[in-house]
Amino acid sequence: MTTTETAAPPATRAEYCVIACADAWRDNGEVLASPMGLIPGFGARLAKRTFSPDLLLTDGEAMLVGLDGAAEGWLPYRQHLTFVTGGRRHVMMGASQIDRFGNQNISCIGDWERPDRQLLGVRGAPVNTLNNPVSYWVPKHSPRVFVEKVDMISGVGYDSAAAAGPSATRFHRIPRVVTNLAVLDFETPDHTMRIASVHPGVTVEEVREATGFALALPEGGEVPFTREPTAEELRLIREVVDPRSLREREVRSA
Amino acid sequence: MTDKTMTPDEVVGRLRSGMTVGIGGWGSRRKPMALVRALLRSDITDLTVVSYGGPDVGMLAAAGKIRKLVAAFVTLDSIPLEPHFRAARQSGAFELTEIDEAMFMWGLHAAANRLPFLPVRAGIGSDVMRVNPELRTVTSPYEDGETFVAMPALRLDAALVHMNRADRRGNGQYLGPDPYFDDLFCEAADEAYVSCERLVDGFGDDTPPQSLLVKRHVVTGVVEAPHGADFTSCAPDYGRDEAFQKLYASTPWAEFAERFLPPGGDEKQYQSAVQAWHEEQK
Repeated sequence: MTTTETAAPPATRAEYCVIACADAWRDNGEVLASPMGLIPGFGARLAKRTFSPDLLLTDGEAMLVGLDGAAEGWLPYRQHLTFVTGGRRHVMMGASQIDRFGNQNISCIGDWERPDRQLLGVRGAPVNTLNNPVSYWVPKHSPRVFVEKVDMISGVGYDSAAAAGPSATRFHRIPRVVTNLAVLDFETPDHTMRIASVHPGVTVEEVREATGFALALPEGGEVPFTREPTAEELRLIREVVDPRSLREREVRSA
Repeated sequence: MTDKTMTPDEVVGRLRSGMTVGIGGWGSRRKPMALVRALLRSDITDLTVVSYGGPDVGMLAAAGKIRKLVAAFVTLDSIPLEPHFRAARQSGAFELTEIDEAMFMWGLHAAANRLPFLPVRAGIGSDVMRVNPELRTVTSPYEDGETFVAMPALRLDAALVHMNRADRRGNGQYLGPDPYFDDLFCEAADEAYVSCERLVDGFGDDTPPQSLLVKRHVVTGVVEAPHGADFTSCAPDYGRDEAFQKLYASTPWAEFAERFLPPGGDEKQYQSAVQAWHEEQK
């Protein structure tokens, strides 16, 4: 009998999400990664630890920090806004609603004049979407989030930017939307949302059912799976980036 | 040298119903809450409030003091959605000018620089334009010919901000990591009132010069208000009082106001009521 090494447990759904978020910052160079939400945060740190070492990170307050938390720069809110308009930043925001062209809403649900549910307000979504790449993270993919038409366009989608003209489209880019089910992008001729990959264990049908509009498919119709983490990436996620497994609370395994 | 010190009530005594009031800080951070509480105790109403909103907006909305709000968001940070702001919006209690965070900043810059507007690459393409039909665009006169939003100046009748330290002449010092936009609020206002954790006779030789944020030429009044940002954070003097903020967010306004902001009360009464509540929790 030969002894066998104990293989690490396979990647969980939450870990595929971390990988899909991390890949958003691949080849971004020396830009500020601004993740909102736990899993995007883990993704940004994993990216910096592995394939995107030049990323800048913040402590969520007024400092730029390295992976060890040590400060390397000052970033109060007003300088953060300059970072946005300067474009050397890639943010991953949340979305209470998002439509097929990537219009996003975090302001309110229902009629703006007198909303059924007041949410945060547009925050910095309008300035972000016109100036630096904006990806989105949706931990619960559902038809309530993926809607035909958002109630209040906070983050600007491709059709709205095009309608607003060249100064809106000049720096406008939505690289990807990561959810608990799939990775979506806008790599279609008319920039409508497309399934780029489904996480292992998820079917294309499930993603379609959880989306309130028709999704485009990759050319040829074959939808790939979200890539597997490498053994080293899995180790980093589990032992270094999120040793308390908070990711499993944000996205539970099916 | 002019001594500008006054009490919270004296500050509020200089304000009038119908004014446009800018409130410094950000979310639930370094809000001039002692001054807001004095406003709540006054009969001033019909305010246009300009704020990166936190509990200042929630409380003033709950008390029916706001006619119009200019904001990009209202949040308690650790509690993302401000319950009283939400309730007020959902019942149509006041007018809202909902603009983007950067548009807001450039509106303050325009006011501080006595400009009618500043161009911003923000707003176009979003529903900020739909819900603010008075917003105009401007075309670059240079070769690029680009079109931007002409963000109108957010000129304020009065600004209220909270600093860590201030002197009697109105120079304000922040010791936390972020100045927020407090100096801009003061410069954008006809009159600015600075509350502070501690009044000092001057700033010593060891003072980092960049910590002297607010300059006296734009300040009308200075208020010593220890714990005056409570329950929001005032780093490094204190962090946010999370337990009390939770109480605020989960208690019906009338009940909260009755205990902590009763008619005839003052700042001292508020501070002891909060302390008594904390004792009860032990």
